[in-house]
Amino acid sequence: MDLSYLWFWIVGVLFVGYFVLDGFDFGVGMSLPFLGKDDISRRQVINTIGPVWDLNETWLIVAGACLFAAFPEWYATLFSGFYLALLLILLSLILRGVSFEYRHRGASEKWKRRFDTLIVIGSVLPALLWGVAVANIVQGVPLDADHNFTGSLLTLLNPYGLLGGVTLVLVFFTHGLYFVALKTDGQVHTDAKRLATKAGVVTVVVAAAFLIWTIVMAASKGAPALGFAIAAAAIAAVALIASILANLRDKQGWAFTFGVLTVAFAVLTLWFSLFPNVMPSTTDPAGTLTIENASSTPYTLTIMTWAAFIFLPLVLLYQGWTYWVFRKRVTRSFIEKAAASAH
Amino acid sequence: MDLLDPLALARWQFGLTTLYHFLFVPLTLGMGLVVAIFQTTWVRTGNVRWLQLTRLFGSLFLINFAMGVVTGIVQEFQFGMNWSDYSRFVGDVFGAPLAFEGLLAFFLEATFLGLWIFGWDRLPKKLHLATIWIAWAGASISAYIILAANAWMQNPVGYTMSADGKRAEMTDFFAVVTNRVALATFPHTMFASFMFAAGVVIAVAAWHLSRKQHIDIMRPALRFGLWFMIASFVGVFIAGDLLGLQMVATQPMKMASAEALYNTACGANASFSIFSLGTPDGTQEIWSLRVPYLLAFLSEHDFTACVQGINDLQAQYTTQWGPGDYTPTIWITYWSFRWMIGFGGLAAVISAVGLWLTRKNAKRPVPTWAWKVAIWSAPLPLFGSLVGWIFTEMGRQPWIVFGLMRTANGVSPNVPGWTVLISLIAFTAIYAALAVVEFRLIVKTAKAGPFPILGGKSGEFEGGEKREADADDIHIPTTVY
Repeated sequence: MDLSYLWFWIVGVLFVGYFVLDGFDFGVGMSLPFLGKDDISRRQVINTIGPVWDLNETWLIVAGACLFAAFPEWYATLFSGFYLALLLILLSLILRGVSFEYRHRGASEKWKRRFDTLIVIGSVLPALLWGVAVANIVQGVPLDADHNFTGSLLTLLNPYGLLGGVTLVLVFFTHGLYFVALKTDGQVHTDAKRLATKAGVVTVVVAAAFLIWTIVMAASKGAPALGFAIAAAAIAAVALIASILANLRDKQGWAFTFGVLTVAFAVLTLWFSLFPNVMPSTTDPAGTLTIENASSTPYTLTIMTWAAFIFLPLVLLYQGWTYWVFRKRVTRSFIEKAAASAH
Repeated sequence: MDLLDPLALARWQFGLTTLYHFLFVPLTLGMGLVVAIFQTTWVRTGNVRWLQLTRLFGSLFLINFAMGVVTGIVQEFQFGMNWSDYSRFVGDVFGAPLAFEGLLAFFLEATFLGLWIFGWDRLPKKLHLATIWIAWAGASISAYIILAANAWMQNPVGYTMSADGKRAEMTDFFAVVTNRVALATFPHTMFASFMFAAGVVIAVAAWHLSRKQHIDIMRPALRFGLWFMIASFVGVFIAGDLLGLQMVATQPMKMASAEALYNTACGANASFSIFSLGTPDGTQEIWSLRVPYLLAFLSEHDFTACVQGINDLQAQYTTQWGPGDYTPTIWITYWSFRWMIGFGGLAAVISAVGLWLTRKNAKRPVPTWAWKVAIWSAPLPLFGSLVGWIFTEMGRQPWIVFGLMRTANGVSPNVPGWTVLISLIAFTAIYAALAVVEFRLIVKTAKAGPFPILGGKSGEFEGGEKREADADDIHIPTTVY
């Protein structure tokens, strides 16, 4: 088998990993204004992802680097083309990341609230823009014969792209609420549970519209993996509904698990719709990047394949262990005690 | 200069964001090791003051680490955003080390650092100690790999040009990761980072000692910092010498421009100028202080060696690659090279004096001025590292990949100047604001000094009091955001 096809899927899996993991981080950040009624509850929310947000975000760095190494043309076209969108994502991630670390180092209410605001913005904006970006990759963008993007930021803000952005925000929001409900107790836990149901219902409607649009678009283009795309979209939809039902029955573990499946299969739907292109051009057909014309040499891909097959299982193993170490709920009394001992 | 020149703006942005990122990297590499050593000492001796030092410098390390992580993502994205033609050209070779860095090093670093920060009360003591060492190992591996990627830009190896000449294709991954330039750059960078961490330890300890507070904790920290600085300087010096040899062998133009040596010189004439005054345009030398033979020795470890001058290299390169200017900006390379050596050397001298002043049987107390000077141990190695990077990257110009691709040809052709200007302004503004917050937090945390460690049964340990107490009898505060 041609390794470039394998790498299309490995890159896909890495983005699934990123969106699943940083996805609930973003959702947790978005939930802050809804669940954080006082400083203790805000800290409860933030500390659910305290030990893991950094390793979750690392999936983006790895996905980006693997994209660069396996598909230099795809990486170059995407990153230079979506310049301003990526700039906003970067700035958001910077502000969100430092806010986690700086927030608790100041005592004043004003100091903390300022970083709370940055966490919320830094969670909504990247979710929205990743949705816009990925939807536009699937839909296609204007590329010239040298594979250079010829549009602007406004090109990306088309109806399908925006719907993709809103869908991702809602999916992540719900996904994050399941996580908070799973990892906290008391008022925060109850509030998260209730809000998740409401958010979930809205998400179902919006996500269904986005997935149907995606499938219709893929069908009209004659996407060769259409059957798989439809299957993946169906699984994503069923998982989303199942997550809401599980949440209603107080099965937070199941709700979160189905949330993971929703994100994973939604991303896979897009990947199947895209296949075998990686960046279809809407203008010059010669500008379209495919798995074959965007990939690195077999030699480089062979080296990379070895690396992925040796290191990825190890990574999953020790990251799984980390989640196990921090499996306990972040209780209100735990935060209260820690807050007391810090002063 | 055209204000909206995309090339110039992209270069400014890459330079600024990279230097800014490198404000945090050395402390991660250096302080990670220092904290790991402190914690190991605590675990082995049970002496609580080492735990207090671990917690204090661990806090500084973490404030800094967050910035290192988030500014690092910018670095990876920028290759594609601003340098898409470069990315298309080198991706087959240059991308693989980046992917390895992520899979092998970043995951390790991020995961185990999370375990270290939040695992104080959840992991057994020795396992918790292992997490900081693993996180530090991850950081060091990533440093090696990214320096190998950079070394490929200085000295491309293990590749062949594609049939259509549009890209470099990797033929030997092992050659890429064992690039002779990487092998010398890595220890040079690591030891320089250790110097910075040592400087921070010295500065914090000196600040408290000059106020006669936390003496039992800060005196051992100071002595550790001073010795660590001297040892690291020796490492920087030896690795720098090795790197110089590789530089002469692979990029003679860089050495010539480091020395502003226009004409090839041999033996005694190949002198090293310590200081020179020239006409403003830099073409004429008015006065200089020189050490004969030194440049010849530095270049090839041979006092009679000849060192090629800029003019001869320019002529040679013109024959090889066609007409063009192959000379870096001389005043930048000349002065950054000297400032690098000067800052590093000065930090080492301060430490040597410090070791003498704080020796065990010193008769006089350390004078006030010495404490003030000691604070400079922190910024000096950092400044040295920064100008070192300015030197090595500006010395590579006009190439983005030496001999293969010019910087001007690597820039994204479809990103207009105004777009880059927006991002440059945005990065500068946010980075500046964060630098202020970060600096204040670090100073505040450092001045607050070591946290008291509470005993499980016997109350509070302060300073060296009860330092031989049973290490299991203490309560280590949990970390929460």
